[in-house]
Amino acid sequence: MTTIPATPGPATVAPVTKEPTPPPGPRRRLADRFAGGTGSRWFPYVLVFPLALVLFGYVVQPMFATFAESVGVDGVENYGSFLTGGGVARSSLVTSLIISAASVLLCGIVGVAMAFLLKRFSFPGRKLIEAIILVPAALPPLIGAISFQLLYSETGILPRGLQQLFGAENPVLPFSGIAGVLVVHTFTMYPYFYLSASAALGGMDPSVEEAAYNLGAGRVRVWRTVLLPMLTPALVSASLLVFMTSLASYTAPLLFGVDQTMTMQIYINRTNGDLPMASTYASVLGVVSVLFLLGMRWYEGRRSYRSQSKGVAAHRREITNPLGRWLALAASLLATAVLLAPVATIALVAFSRDGSWTTEVIPAQYTMQNFVTIFAEPRAFQPILNSLKMSLIATVACVVVGVLIAYAVRRLDFRGRGLLDVAVMLAWALPGTVVAINLISAFSTGNAFSFGQVLIGTFWIMPLAYFVRFLPLVFRSSSAALAQLDPSLEEAARNLGASWWRAFGTVTLRLMLPGVLAGALLAFVHGVGEFVASVLIYTSETAPISVEINNRMYSFEVGTAAAYGMLQVVLIFVVMVVSGRLEGGRRSTREAARWTA
Amino acid sequence: MIDVTLESVSKRFARGGDTAAVADVDITIAAGEFFTLLGPSGCGKTTTLRMVAGFYFPTSGRIRFGTEDVTRRPPNKRDTGMVFQNYALFPHLSVAQNVAYGLKIRKVGRAESRRRVEEALGQVHLAGYGDRRIDELSGGQQQRVALARALVIRPKTLLLDEPLSNLDAKLREETRTEIRRIQQEAGTTGIYVTHDQAEAMAMSDRIAVMQAGRVQQIGAPQEIYHRPATSFVARFIGRSNVLTLPVQGATERTVTVGLPGGGEIDVPAPADHGLRQGETAQVSVRPEHIGLTSTTEAGALPGRIAELEFTGMATNLVVDTAGERMQVAAVDVPAGIAVGDQVGLRLNRDRMWVVRP
Repeated sequence: MTTIPATPGPATVAPVTKEPTPPPGPRRRLADRFAGGTGSRWFPYVLVFPLALVLFGYVVQPMFATFAESVGVDGVENYGSFLTGGGVARSSLVTSLIISAASVLLCGIVGVAMAFLLKRFSFPGRKLIEAIILVPAALPPLIGAISFQLLYSETGILPRGLQQLFGAENPVLPFSGIAGVLVVHTFTMYPYFYLSASAALGGMDPSVEEAAYNLGAGRVRVWRTVLLPMLTPALVSASLLVFMTSLASYTAPLLFGVDQTMTMQIYINRTNGDLPMASTYASVLGVVSVLFLLGMRWYEGRRSYRSQSKGVAAHRREITNPLGRWLALAASLLATAVLLAPVATIALVAFSRDGSWTTEVIPAQYTMQNFVTIFAEPRAFQPILNSLKMSLIATVACVVVGVLIAYAVRRLDFRGRGLLDVAVMLAWALPGTVVAINLISAFSTGNAFSFGQVLIGTFWIMPLAYFVRFLPLVFRSSSAALAQLDPSLEEAARNLGASWWRAFGTVTLRLMLPGVLAGALLAFVHGVGEFVASVLIYTSETAPISVEINNRMYSFEVGTAAAYGMLQVVLIFVVMVVSGRLEGGRRSTREAARWTA
Repeated sequence: MIDVTLESVSKRFARGGDTAAVADVDITIAAGEFFTLLGPSGCGKTTTLRMVAGFYFPTSGRIRFGTEDVTRRPPNKRDTGMVFQNYALFPHLSVAQNVAYGLKIRKVGRAESRRRVEEALGQVHLAGYGDRRIDELSGGQQQRVALARALVIRPKTLLLDEPLSNLDAKLREETRTEIRRIQQEAGTTGIYVTHDQAEAMAMSDRIAVMQAGRVQQIGAPQEIYHRPATSFVARFIGRSNVLTLPVQGATERTVTVGLPGGGEIDVPAPADHGLRQGETAQVSVRPEHIGLTSTTEAGALPGRIAELEFTGMATNLVVDTAGERMQVAAVDVPAGIAVGDQVGLRLNRDRMWVVRP
């Protein structure tokens, strides 16, 4: 499943029409509050220290362990192979970068075009497309990649269908290799562009555009001189995101057999037992990811063009030309089919008999047996239990740590606040494969943070990996929820006599709850769909659903694999509906916040 | 009801920084008094109030409630009722639950609590609104819920941080009379923060005018208006012409100053004016205390009308004189008067006042 970035949160806070309170922000107020009441002025540190320890122990320190591993035996040679031409290392790096750049370009074209069509024009079928536009991106990464493979690869439904249709000798328009990877990337990552471009378009004050027309600019000129410059910040941050995500992509190259990418090399070297070389790849990829993270933070810190005026929304232009309307309708139908095809394929194949699908366009024989097997056979059901259990443990930990870090970062004043923030985002920026290698390097021997235990090969390494990967999701949503909360609510509670803990519990935490829950649900589904890190650290007893799917695919039990995938998809849609409800709840509190502000 | 004392209270925010948000504030507020901290943006008035509430602790100085030193007491142990500028109502609680929040913390019994909530809501004319959600109320209603929530705990002091600034002009005037009435009925000490001088004048027993973290003057509204201590107070409260004039003589309560057009005038001054002949004095004279006359009148200040604006009740003029641009508010003006006319200005010396620069 693709991680969709929270839209810049604080912008939703209504500007308070107050003559500026004295220079210190809400953070300082709270810091001051602690200076006497609930504890001492050291209270923030007492709260933050264990959090910092967790982040250091499970995010930062493992990174250093990986680096140490990579330079341990013949470090110079390991890193040297990236610089000197010809070798696998260098070509993997180059391939990864090229794939990422191409993905940015393709996602940018698709995403921005979609945003403009859907936000600026009114045509039949628009609402339907808006409703399902994020479906492909919502699939777990492995299921997403598998569905595209089933659809568009040489043995896929579409090329074979076209072959039959035209009576051609070979499958028509098959995607393979890098082209296949790019198709997967485009379909799963264009939402980054779509979401940020449509948010920017929605937040744009239409009167700015109208002013340009009023001053005599033509349509092209308005585009060139007003619209595009105003969209630039959104496009730049979406580009950085897509680049990072493509760089971290592992399942697409795996399924389309592109071995020479950074992530694949990590996996191949790890499975060949060359941990120092895997660590070298992981370190290089980690450093590149961190650089991108820092670049994004720097860029986000600059001003964005969000207009302050409220009320008037941009008008959608009705397509009135009859030919245009027909074209639009046809295009909408096509888009709907394309967007729903991956899920439909998984659903179809889930009911196919294993081994029955060879050269036909679609499977020939259908059965319920796949699902019966999964639920009836204890060995087949075990991965589901594993995934649920590991994901639940990780989610609980994410909530406890994530909420407290969000509170500390947003509301407390202490030295090193920025570092804490960066450490959480680091966990988000690191590719899953790198997280796995980091944990392997750190916990293949006993270590203070594992209480002296070797974690590799045990059950606990799995929830730990999920915790590290999905902590940022809970942190982000909690932090966004906190940003919408006026600090004076907590102050009012304190003024009425509530202790800090009581004010936090009955007011702040209570009001954050929808956001926290939404984040927790997201972390949970991501955990259930996790594949990238799991595949490097699972054991036969702890194999999660996705690893089982992958193994079944290898043994050509495509039907059973798809059936597992179908279960993941169902879980995801249930969760999406639930968090949609929560989102609605959050909107009402936001509404209230606007009223009180 | 309790008196509140601030003894040379200062607050610096930056660690070791040298700009003080509040510097050396000495204020004694009598029990039951309605006291206003008035000043422009960033003058330190909100910081001062928040120190009384306990959200900030002073960098130096002491704060006392009665004889108790509360300087570093946490906010939840101070028994103050605060009305926040944005009301800070809990959006997840109903109106009645909001009002009952403080009672619950004080472990007031259920029946008693219900009675007091109803009483408080009645007091702010919101009886029967208890079950409403906060977002179902208008801005003015929310404001009154916030007031009820602060009053229901029968606080020793009621703290109000610009509670009217989010209301429209008409509602603001109605509500300020309400707040004053309720404060007197409850008999609690009130401390009010505002930047609106008309609001401060209308509501307060006494006002402290603050600027740049310092108290410029403390006094009853009339005193502050008619005998401003500094040129800042003179200009900030109402409108005023502050003239810089040469001192030609001084006694204990009057200063004789020379006028730019020639002639001199005796101006009332505070006892501690300390001015001597040869120095310059700052003299405040309000626009409504200047009369229009002919240029030939003895002692009149000649000038030329630069701007003229008819507002109905009075005519506001800007008149260029030899030394200064003067603002004049005349109730009746000669018919046909126009920009560019030469006029004489008659200053009402009894209403003039020597201020500190």
